[in-house]
Amino acid sequence: MPEAAERELTFAQAIREALAEEMRRDSRVCIFGEDVAEAGTPFKVLSGLVEEFGRERVLDTPISEAGFTGMGVGAAMTGLRPVVDIMFGDFLTLTMDQLVNQAAKVHYMSGGTWKVPMVLRTTLGAARRSAAQHSQSLHAWVSHVPGLKVAMPSTPRDAKGLLKTAIRDENPVVFFEDKMMYKLKGPVPMGEYTIPFGVADVRREGEDITIVATSSMVQVALGAAEMLEKIGVSAEVIDPRTTWPLDEKTLVESAKKTSRAMVVDEGYGRYGVTGEIASVIAEGAFYSLEAPVKRMGAMHVPIPFSPPLEDMTVPTEQRVFEAARTLCGKA
Amino acid sequence: MTTATDQTRVIDGVRAEQWMRMYRRMVMIREFEEQVNELYTRALMPGLAHLYIGEEAVAVGICEALRQTDYITSTHRGHGHCLAKGASPDRMFAELLGKEAGYCRGKGGSMHIADPATGNLGANAIVGGSAGIATGAALASKRLGKDDVTVCFFGEGALGQGVLYEVMNLAALWKLPVIYVCENNLYNEYTHYSETTAGDILARGKAFGVPAENVDGQDVRAVYAVAQRLVDRARKGEGPAFMVCNTYRYTGHHVGDINREYYRSKQEEQEWKTKRDAIQNFAAWMTGQKFTEAAKLGEIQKEVRAEMKAAVEFAIGAPYPSPEEADQDVYA
Repeated sequence: MPEAAERELTFAQAIREALAEEMRRDSRVCIFGEDVAEAGTPFKVLSGLVEEFGRERVLDTPISEAGFTGMGVGAAMTGLRPVVDIMFGDFLTLTMDQLVNQAAKVHYMSGGTWKVPMVLRTTLGAARRSAAQHSQSLHAWVSHVPGLKVAMPSTPRDAKGLLKTAIRDENPVVFFEDKMMYKLKGPVPMGEYTIPFGVADVRREGEDITIVATSSMVQVALGAAEMLEKIGVSAEVIDPRTTWPLDEKTLVESAKKTSRAMVVDEGYGRYGVTGEIASVIAEGAFYSLEAPVKRMGAMHVPIPFSPPLEDMTVPTEQRVFEAARTLCGKA
Repeated sequence: MTTATDQTRVIDGVRAEQWMRMYRRMVMIREFEEQVNELYTRALMPGLAHLYIGEEAVAVGICEALRQTDYITSTHRGHGHCLAKGASPDRMFAELLGKEAGYCRGKGGSMHIADPATGNLGANAIVGGSAGIATGAALASKRLGKDDVTVCFFGEGALGQGVLYEVMNLAALWKLPVIYVCENNLYNEYTHYSETTAGDILARGKAFGVPAENVDGQDVRAVYAVAQRLVDRARKGEGPAFMVCNTYRYTGHHVGDINREYYRSKQEEQEWKTKRDAIQNFAAWMTGQKFTEAAKLGEIQKEVRAEMKAAVEFAIGAPYPSPEEADQDVYA
């Protein structure tokens, strides 16, 4: 049950509330992207914002992701705090030069003189039957780049608190939202709060195995933990909440305590976030581990359209459960 | 009583002292670049540099129409833009040599000079890479109720980059105060632009309803006149403009591009240098107008050369950043 000072909001409502509060607090905050104004985006995440803040601050752009992301960089350098909306994470590919060569490097290349306080909000996640160009989880790409920060909340509470932190950060932040989670409900505090970057959240305490899960995979991991409980395995589930900065200490300490670890993430496993987090744990907790760290990501294929095919590509509660059980020697 | 060389005299609507300042700036850019070439030849400079020699009238004519608070974005061939916007040569040289006293503490180098104090949003080594930044700065100026104008410098090679047209469309839609300045020096690196550029260049701006003008980039007076008109227009809220400055790169794509005959003839280079040199022709006009004399211009050149040499000496003597700085400034 939510505490008295909380109420239930959907993930989408929490995002909208964070934006509205920050736009009220700071007139420099503005939003631009495709269909962000009256349409409120296809996911209706931004509904109502243009009515409150006007078209001066909620700007519909042409379908020009590279162009308006680049403009976000320039506007951030010169006094605005833009929140750039990239409708599908797949379209990040179109913004790559602006993000990687421009936004991420401006502060460093200028010897610390120019800053880019910009947020790029986008989505990740499969399972919407949207096929290969509207289903990818490309957060590893940007997590790889020095100069960017990457947040990926898994609850309405975190979504709001992390987005407010992102908007107030002096650096470019890429903010990933799981499309499938927009309607998920959860408790959100009534009052003002933010959640700092680089602080993991232990979502469930356990003794036998650590399951590190991100974004869309946190619910999956929690479901698997319930199943594990029934066979006598106590799983600890940790959500890092930001892939950079990464709360290495919490991950390592947990793995030292449980002696087994598994990492679940919806990005591709190969050269991905799971590999990075697994190596952080292996390096930090090696002498406490009873088994190699297990990685589980999306199947290494373009996301297929057909439902039975698509469902094969993403980690599920059952698969996480089975892998964890094997890791604990209970197979 | 006014004398022939009175510096308050107005010629073509501009005071003599202002023409003289433009002349000095052009000479400064050329002398700066000669020193850069020298540093490269003497193996004193890490990496490479892309020289602006031959194109001085473009940067100077345009920046003369700007205020200090106006913004520019520059390119890999950007030393001229930075100097014309007011950068100081000693810190420029220091940056080129990777020294701590440089504009970017040695972290940027020749292709990334940036300086908030002079409105320089940064030189960009991705061709066309700053078009978004420039247009975003113009959006911020408009939104924040300032009347600053942004100039986006790029070479004709950037005409091949799609992002340029994305932001031109947006700038036109939102009437943003940005001037897109295409410096057509005829060569995309080692390839003549006619092999890479279809149709009429000006039509690319006009297609978005953006006023587009060709100007002789070797004539600083012409560049300044057009820039002044387009900048004033943008400042008044009348929207973006597209300027194509026809010019010529006297030297190679970069300092190491010495043998160029496979892509252009020595005769072609010679013709531009002797018949269309922006500094010589401007000097001839000024002496013809009798508000200065050849001897005075010679003195300016000497002074500027001495200043550049002193700036180089400063940079050579300046310390490198401490190695511990390598991981500083990644995040603000």
